[in-house]
Amino acid sequence: MQNETLIAGFGGQGVLFAGKVLAHAALELGLEVTWFPSYGPEMRGGTANCTVIFSDEEIGSPQVLNPTSIIVMNQPSLDKYETMVRKDGYLVVDTSMTNREVERKDIHTVCLPATQIAEELGDKRLTNIVLLGALIHASNYFGQAELENALKKSLEGKNTELVAMNIIALQRGFEYNN
Amino acid sequence: MTRELWKGNEAIAEAAVRAGLQAYFGYPITPQTEALEYLSWRLPELGRAFLQAESELGAINMVYGAACAGARTMTTTSSPGTSLMMEGLSYIAGTEVPMVLVDVVRGGPGLGNIAPAQGDYNQIVHGGGHGDYHPIVLAPASIQETIDTIYGVFDIADKYRTIGIIMVDGSIGQMMEPVTLPPMKEVRKNWPAWAASATEGKRERNVLTSIYLDPKQEEITNLRLMKTWQQIEKNEVRYKEYFMDDAKFAVVGFGSAGRVALSAVRAARAEGIPVGLFRPISLSPFPKEQIFELSQKLQGLFVVEMNSGMMLDDVMLASQGRIPVEFYGRMGGVMPFPDEILREIRLLHANGWKSEGHPRERWLAKLETIIKEEQ
Repeated sequence: MQNETLIAGFGGQGVLFAGKVLAHAALELGLEVTWFPSYGPEMRGGTANCTVIFSDEEIGSPQVLNPTSIIVMNQPSLDKYETMVRKDGYLVVDTSMTNREVERKDIHTVCLPATQIAEELGDKRLTNIVLLGALIHASNYFGQAELENALKKSLEGKNTELVAMNIIALQRGFEYNN
Repeated sequence: MTRELWKGNEAIAEAAVRAGLQAYFGYPITPQTEALEYLSWRLPELGRAFLQAESELGAINMVYGAACAGARTMTTTSSPGTSLMMEGLSYIAGTEVPMVLVDVVRGGPGLGNIAPAQGDYNQIVHGGGHGDYHPIVLAPASIQETIDTIYGVFDIADKYRTIGIIMVDGSIGQMMEPVTLPPMKEVRKNWPAWAASATEGKRERNVLTSIYLDPKQEEITNLRLMKTWQQIEKNEVRYKEYFMDDAKFAVVGFGSAGRVALSAVRAARAEGIPVGLFRPISLSPFPKEQIFELSQKLQGLFVVEMNSGMMLDDVMLASQGRIPVEFYGRMGGVMPFPDEILREIRLLHANGWKSEGHPRERWLAKLETIIKEEQ
């Protein structure tokens, strides 16, 4: 069993943090995990992405050509990665940031206005967590409680209000019915 | 034991701290900088020495000084920085003092880029510094393996009074994986007997030098270095095997290229292709006896690297032309996907092995087409 999730967006959208939450969830379940960020000059405002792989055996390559799931947080990422999702895999799209439908029919598609949902919650920076919730709900990689624990772990040392907001964002993602 | 998520560069630093690192000197360079950054607060917190030098030249010579004084000492850098340190490494080798260098390799030559690569193989393994010396070079492939390797390499460097180099790449430096950290070792309280430390009037002073003006004396030193190296070759070979028991042929790859190959080998096995993976961990000493043994029982060896086939030459030497060798690599900071390696494994399985010509020639002809197709 191996799952690969690629999260792609602009620098500053919380791509790397969303990946960390996923990595923590896998760690808590005793799985092997590799969190691999893009760390080039693109971190400074351009496109950013990270790949999180979890498996029950030693992980080989830290990056894969066709991940089992991809979260796209902007239009360039949708254009670049739609074709890359493995057949029967998951593509999660922030429709607030994209201007076209997903064309592929051989994958599970989850479309939600994540930025809008986050703004309604009062903070656009929660978009990444809304999307993560939607992916985990659709894919069943983890239970909601496991992801909440991972989120708390990832936010250790942050103020309680911020943690609470993130938990709500996660729930919104989980509950979103597309 | 608790498992925690650690970023590669910070894990490198903490593993060295727990191995009893007393003095660190370094200079920032991506993709290694987090190791230096971490030690800049971690070592002073423990009352140990941290110094950011004015350059890599300064850093390696400060390490040289600390090593002569008998301290457990280390530096970390990335490819262009390693090039700058070569003179110092040769002096350290000639003086026969122990130290540890971690090279988080990036794309080159020249300023290159900060992406993962393995193009430092030749300059590290076959010595970029002048003179007859061999450093120990270990190439772990995961963060846990990197921690365990660094934790142990200080003792090995001490045992042979030699240079221990950890060669990883930008991907290992930047990624996070769950690890279990080893216990904290106590720092050394007594200086080694050979160290140029204070005599307190109780003994003759120790002289440490790499200057032997009389060639005959230099030759004696060289002989001593080579005899030590024979011991290292006998004792310090490390490697890991996957799916080798019933393999008809094997992929040979180290570090990150070895990891990518592991994914490809697993996929090939799922298709029923009898392929295994041999992953050298010690690049110097190279597991040449093991490669020779493989050449007596396998159909062929398929070398995969993130350079132009630097280890390929060593594999060909070790297999002594007994079986065909094939090569696939990406250069300049491009990391291959498992799919590329799998494609080559399938071709070898279906079409058999070629023995005429050089594997590098065949690969270069292929790579040109691949690069064009990817554009």
